[in-house]
Amino acid sequence: MPIAHGMAAGMGGIRTAGDLVARMQMTRKMRLKDAKAYVAEKLKVSPADLSNEHVMREVREELDIGIITSVPGCAKGIEAKARIAELLDIEINSVKRLKNKVRF
Amino acid sequence: MKKYLTRMGDGERIEMTVDEMKRDLELGTQDAANRGKIAPLTQDELDYLLDIFTNPNKIVSVEPGNEVPLTHDIGTLRLMGDQGNSGVGIPLSRVQGIQVHERAFAADTMELGHIDYSFKPVKPVIAMEQQEMENALLSTIVPLFYGAMPNLGLYYAPDGPFGNPSDLLPMGKIQEAREAQEGAVEHATRDMIYICEKLYAVGCDGINFDTTGAAGDTDMKATLHAVEYLKANTDLAIEVGMAGEFVLGMHGGLEYDGVRLAGLYPHQQVKLVEKAGADIFGPVVNTNTSKSMPWNLARAVTFIKACVEAANIPIHVNMGMGVGGSPVFETPPIDSVTRASKAMVEVAKVDGL
Repeated sequence: MPIAHGMAAGMGGIRTAGDLVARMQMTRKMRLKDAKAYVAEKLKVSPADLSNEHVMREVREELDIGIITSVPGCAKGIEAKARIAELLDIEINSVKRLKNKVRF
Repeated sequence: MKKYLTRMGDGERIEMTVDEMKRDLELGTQDAANRGKIAPLTQDELDYLLDIFTNPNKIVSVEPGNEVPLTHDIGTLRLMGDQGNSGVGIPLSRVQGIQVHERAFAADTMELGHIDYSFKPVKPVIAMEQQEMENALLSTIVPLFYGAMPNLGLYYAPDGPFGNPSDLLPMGKIQEAREAQEGAVEHATRDMIYICEKLYAVGCDGINFDTTGAAGDTDMKATLHAVEYLKANTDLAIEVGMAGEFVLGMHGGLEYDGVRLAGLYPHQQVKLVEKAGADIFGPVVNTNTSKSMPWNLARAVTFIKACVEAANIPIHVNMGMGVGGSPVFETPPIDSVTRASKAMVEVAKVDGL
């Protein structure tokens, strides 16, 4: 059933920019329109492109913020999140923890 | 007269004419308007719903550009859990389950949840949950919630320390039942805060309080107090998802911020959830199995549209089996599910599902 909702109305996660829009709702309580506008501005794309795989695949790869297929050398997991935190100018709790741990 | 395939609220396939659908759409929105004392859908909105139901395709979708982010409940139990959680019994670890959701299902967000999916049983195994969350956070990109149910029922006999209101109320022991529930609120609030602070310590992105209000107004009160504390003392994102369309008055006298909790509908619930500091609200509208899906979806969209309009925070409507205009059936028919998705996004204007 979540797959059906995802296909009918979902943004597409890291295939597109679903995780980024969700982060703005979670960290800044942004409504959908504002969250999409904020992310689109940071990514220098239009809000409609945020769910366009053809645009977002390239954008994510260029920004190195994680892509859905397994490409050696691309940012994975916490590496991608550290770059997302900087790109969106937000704090991500796990990234904050990583920074504390590596600060010798 | 031409008939269109649709379904009853229990998922049974039926055929309806346009006139029959129009009548049920009208009655559905009117039922919500009467119960919630809110505006019914406009004629344009009802016409849009009719278009969705008469679309001959099995699957429908939102128009490109109208997509919304999705949050989840039940964590990865839908993959490795048993039928009790509508799980499909695949032997995967929970971290693997999260990775499958992120990379195979393209989930916008995901969550980790304990196999029981209630807060109380997590307390004695919190280190295990922290460890699992740490591993998941290292290897995934999408925001991760920890999901659990407040489930105050576990604080009553025979599972918990307090008398069971379901036993006490039929005996006329109203005061004793209320005192038991007030005790449960205190314990549950404390337990939820303890668990969430531990998860925050390992870098968890957010908490999903799922099925809030399942044990009535006590459930909601404990949740709101926990949310208030967590928003004041951590950087956790908080989603509050409801159990039903209105708050059951198991206690009847409990208030939050001077507002009585019993009987609140989604557009009223969201104001208290906002007041507590939550970031996302997940309202519920129950499906009536004896009515058609046009009736149910029009009714659900009416309630949720009012909630979206009243809200200042993102609304992620609950769309699982039996709620949000989806049939009450464990394997919900895709035609009904996708029609509900489209209607919630394009008519109710939700911020997410």
